[in-house]
Amino acid sequence: MIPRPAAPSWRASGSPMSLTRQDVEKIAHLARLSITDVEMPVYVKSLSSIVDFVAELSKAATDSVEPMAHPLAGQSQRLRADTVTETDLHEKYQANAPSVQAGLYVVPRVIE
Amino acid sequence: MPHNLSIGELAERLARKETSSTELTRHFLARIERLNPPLNAIITLTAEQALAAAGAADRRRAAGESGPLLGIPLIHKDIFCTDGVRTSCGSRMLDNFISPYDATVVARLKSAGAVMLGKANMDEFAMGSSNETSWYGPVRNPWNTAKVPGGSSGGSAAATAARLAPFATGTDTGGSIRQPAALTGVTGVKPTYGRVSRFGIVAFASSLDQAGVFARSAADAAVVLAAMAGFDPLDSTSVDAPVPDYAAALDTPLKGLKIGLLREFFDGLEARNAALIHDAIAVYRSLGAETREVSLPNLPLSVPTYYVVAPAECSSNLSRFDGVRFGHRCAAPKDLMDLYERSRGEGFGAEVKRRIMTGTYVLSAGYFDAYYLKAQKVRRLITDDFRAAFEQVDLLIGPTTPTPAFDIGAKIDDPITMYLNDIYTIGANLAGLPGLSMPCGFVDDLPMGLQLIGPHFAESRLLNAAHRFQLATDWHRRAPRGYQ
Repeated sequence: MIPRPAAPSWRASGSPMSLTRQDVEKIAHLARLSITDVEMPVYVKSLSSIVDFVAELSKAATDSVEPMAHPLAGQSQRLRADTVTETDLHEKYQANAPSVQAGLYVVPRVIE
Repeated sequence: MPHNLSIGELAERLARKETSSTELTRHFLARIERLNPPLNAIITLTAEQALAAAGAADRRRAAGESGPLLGIPLIHKDIFCTDGVRTSCGSRMLDNFISPYDATVVARLKSAGAVMLGKANMDEFAMGSSNETSWYGPVRNPWNTAKVPGGSSGGSAAATAARLAPFATGTDTGGSIRQPAALTGVTGVKPTYGRVSRFGIVAFASSLDQAGVFARSAADAAVVLAAMAGFDPLDSTSVDAPVPDYAAALDTPLKGLKIGLLREFFDGLEARNAALIHDAIAVYRSLGAETREVSLPNLPLSVPTYYVVAPAECSSNLSRFDGVRFGHRCAAPKDLMDLYERSRGEGFGAEVKRRIMTGTYVLSAGYFDAYYLKAQKVRRLITDDFRAAFEQVDLLIGPTTPTPAFDIGAKIDDPITMYLNDIYTIGANLAGLPGLSMPCGFVDDLPMGLQLIGPHFAESRLLNAAHRFQLATDWHRRAPRGYQ
């Protein structure tokens, strides 16, 4: 088993968490997630522990290493002919939408 | 009883007209009705469609068609889109989602004549190692209902172990087939990245996700994988390479096969678990395989690497759930931002929100290089370690999990402890390698899994090695009490 890593050296001494409530509020907003007041302290604690845990990566020597985005080397994106292959199925697809009018998705008013 | 027969035996009986797909389908549907309630392995039963599909399979056979899966029942993990059937992905977000199309895996198994009985419970959006994060409640392990079945494909694993179907589909992003297969005593195969189409699978981490199979033996898994695998123009990462005849390669003798013992997998492994793995290695030696120790020095970094890469990709993939086009929408949104934030806040469970936020953090300005780019570099180091190992050996062997199934509730409040369940399985996902788990003994009356990892596209070799082990042992024939 991998031992749980010690707190990273860059964490401010005396700070019990590597992320603050303000940090998590900002992340939640970037991710478009409403987080309740009850949930918030749980996320501050668990996200801090995850950030500490993955900080172990900083120990690896990677200076000359190319980042790897895809597990199979040499795969390139395929192109296809620019021809119509789909029929119009919008009614079928929109059957799953919360609110539709005249083939359009309905959302709260955006422009006053 | 039909539920203890292999897929091959069932196919023979169908071919000899000793039974029909309709009869088999009724048998398994009755088992699900009787045995599923305490397990909660199946969350959508499609009895009517199953009987219609079984009737169609019987007519195909009567018309002279044959095939190894024609008329054989199965259960799909609820991450696979199924035309006209709810595809929830274990989430409140998709509780009302009726898929308008079939995933390629679903379509392929359908055209092979396999009969879907229903959809299996799973960790929400495949994020979990215990099947406790499902909106539909936890799945219980048929070997001991106080224990988890593993995750994320916990419903598929429990259903296969409880003989609710001859086989089930699953997906594996960090161990989600192999870990639950180990914890429930069945055989689980995670193919090479790109081997099986991802089209119509609700996306979690697109550079890691791969579909595979749960069965009660490697021989059964070989038949199913042959039907699932192959090029699909609808999946841009699908690999255009022929699918070998997995069944034909099963019996190849293992004499001279070079098996590597992954040193890092044995560090700190509890003695009783390690003893089972060493017993299995002794079986391989008796079958003529050569074993040697190999080291993958960067492998201990695979869990932290995964918990940067997978959440990053999930935060991007799950941005599609916006409360506008499909899925949950909050009541009375006051503006568009409120609609997005509350629909997502209500529709996603705690672990999914934690992963989305982790991913958002590691991709955000100022942290991208330190976390995401760094993890991608370490991912390459780990992949290079595997490549070097496969220059010395044909297969790698080790445990699938550090422990047998744990108690429901034991780890759910501590994400890091939960994440470390996948310590032995994540490496194969990062490198895109095929992996297999099969039962190799018991600790405290709970099954333990033996894991085999092969080079890219070596599924045949994995299935062959597993089949020869299963000819020499009977661990895979054990059934949990009450489900024989």
